[in-house]
Amino acid sequence: MGDQLIFTYIVDGDDFTRAGEASSSVKNKLKMLGVDSDVIRKVAIAMYEGEINMVIHADGGTITVSVSDDDITMVLSDSGPGIPDIEKAMQEGYSTAKEEVRSLGFGAGMGLPNMKRFTDEMNIDTVIGQGTTITMKVYL
Amino acid sequence: MTIGEIQRVLDAQFLYGEELSDLDADFVFSADMMSDVLAYGEKCSILMTGLCNSQVVRTAEMLDIVCIIFVRGKMPDANMLSLAMSKGIAILATKHFMFTACGILYEHGLRGGA
Ligand SMILES: Nc1ncnc2c1ncn2[C@@H]1O[C@H](COP(=O)(O)OP(=O)(O)O)[C@@H](O)[C@H]1O
Ligand SMILES: [Mg+2]
Repeated sequence: MGDQLIFTYIVDGDDFTRAGEASSSVKNKLKMLGVDSDVIRKVAIAMYEGEINMVIHADGGTITVSVSDDDITMVLSDSGPGIPDIEKAMQEGYSTAKEEVRSLGFGAGMGLPNMKRFTDEMNIDTVIGQGTTITMKVYL
Repeated sequence: MTIGEIQRVLDAQFLYGEELSDLDADFVFSADMMSDVLAYGEKCSILMTGLCNSQVVRTAEMLDIVCIIFVRGKMPDANMLSLAMSKGIAILATKHFMFTACGILYEHGLRGGA
């Protein structure tokens, strides 16, 4: 009781093909821990969108996932450009992604809204020119 | 409808997962934008798309989708296929374009999930 499991991942900013490996690994681990499948899906979707954002907007970063008795907490940190206007960035359809990213199936401006939709708590900490840390929680 | 029946009516080719032919599916999501699939595809077990890269397989994985249908003759590469294999996701490829492929499945009773 009270024990926390912690998983840490480094997300490569140069390799779009491998984006999602961290989310995939977390999904498998949660499955092995016997976590409810609806909870797993929410965590997987939210983390995957965040992982993709790290690759396409921030040149990679690190993700820490901790599992407690009450919730699953994901912390995604990058040293990218930061988000100038969080309110705007949270709007569905708002995206600064280039056409190249869109042709890969992302950059529709749905990522941050999806992360919010599928988690119970979400907080964005960002400093222009220094980076962004997004913390999300899904309750168990 | 089973994945095997879907393969037949779409004149599709099994690129992986023939042994999953008997799996049943009721809801299909078709899109080229993966964020749309992630947002609205929750209750779907089939993903139909004209996009062809490894993130399609990843997206399917996150949503527990059992079968991906590539339209317009798109062919996934070996990387994508091995990813699909490791996740147990069947892969079909059809020459039909998206609209026609959707129409055929709709006619056979499948519905959109969102
Ligand atoms: N980690 C990040 N670092 C810098 N900017 C980000 C980050 N995540 C999101 N953004 C900004 O917020 C916008 C909206 O993000 P999102 O809703 O995921 O849409 P998309 O990724 O499709 O552009 C992005 O276009 C980008 O400008
Ligand atoms: Mg995004």
